[in-house]
Amino acid sequence: MSAPRMSAKEALVAVHAARGERDVVVTTMSPARDWMTLRQHPLDVVLVPSAMGHATSIGLGIALAQPERRVIVCNGDGSMLMNLGSLVSIAAAGAANLVVLVFDNGVYEVTGAQPIPSPGAIDFVAIARGSGFASVFEHSEIDRWREDVQRILSAPGPTMALLHVEPVTGIPGPRSPGPAADRGRRFTAAIQQQG
Amino acid sequence: MFSGEQIAELLEDLGVSHVVTVPDSTIGPWQGAIEQRGRTRVVRVCREGEAWQVAAGLHLGGKTPLVMIQCTGLFESGDALRVALHDWKLPLFSIIGYRSYLNQDTLPGDTCLVFTEPVLDAWRIDYRLITTPSQLGEIGEHFVACRAAGKPGAVLIGEGKA
Ligand SMILES: Cc1ncc(C[n+]2csc(CCOP(=O)(O)OP(=O)(O)O)c2C)c(N)n1
Repeated sequence: MSAPRMSAKEALVAVHAARGERDVVVTTMSPARDWMTLRQHPLDVVLVPSAMGHATSIGLGIALAQPERRVIVCNGDGSMLMNLGSLVSIAAAGAANLVVLVFDNGVYEVTGAQPIPSPGAIDFVAIARGSGFASVFEHSEIDRWREDVQRILSAPGPTMALLHVEPVTGIPGPRSPGPAADRGRRFTAAIQQQG
Repeated sequence: MFSGEQIAELLEDLGVSHVVTVPDSTIGPWQGAIEQRGRTRVVRVCREGEAWQVAAGLHLGGKTPLVMIQCTGLFESGDALRVALHDWKLPLFSIIGYRSYLNQDTLPGDTCLVFTEPVLDAWRIDYRLITTPSQLGEIGEHFVACRAAGKPGAVLIGEGKA
């Protein structure tokens, strides 16, 4: 657990700045909470309500439906652990347009920062490589992340970037930004409108 | 009960773009024919819970996916199914293999027979039970009816093997 960690919010702000107009961004858990404090985009999918583990799979579905667009999934480390097989499914499907960002804070932040199993000892980089991801990165310093984020998002995919971030305590989890079904319909319409 | 070619043709006629699946010994052998026909893409996932969410993403992305799993995988699917069908209200359709329904020689006392239909009812999924080859057309009819109503649906395919 001695590795340096950056601010999760700052890391997310860098993603927000680097995201293209045609990119889909899927967020869940504390990344969803922080994302909702930033300017929203019609191609944002804020996965609230949801349950753990779904973001990478939804991201895979959107990436397969829209192969000409980049899909960026901002996932929690606990949620990643709940659906590690999805990394294999993503690679097996050849989803070259999918980028998975794992916000590794070592805890279940949203429920009060209880430790995940084996915090600091899980080699997500090796798991992603071993699952068949084409590009895998690891970052813990905000300046380097800001410098590299655009290049990483554009790397040959599927891509995984492991972001070592500080856990935050005392902030409530993400609140639903409105009825999910309506948001889903608006998202599909926005995709179709953009063509 | 059905050949892969029959299912592949049906899926193509219904305009199914992707089949998201984990196999069993009845529905698994259909994959080859579906891929050979080439109009419906087979997406292989590691767990059935993934399948609902991948299908959700495909639907949100404008495609017409179908989830094809065994009833064991329906049990595995719980929360992913709830979020996709009931929170996000996505009208996803599924083909579900009903293990041991036609024959319990391999798995006498298989509790799939006890829980499959109550679980589908609990999840408020409108399903049709398919037990004879003559019912092939009912699969398509139910798919079309659910699609028109904008609601989820399923067909349970009676199986004789594990
Ligand atoms: C299937 C499931 N189990 C448990 C929960 C309760 N829960 C909500 S958020 C959360 C922690 C999520 O942790 P992580 O994915 O690491 O994201 P973080 O909160 O650290 O951003 C848990 C355990 C849930 N929502 N879904």
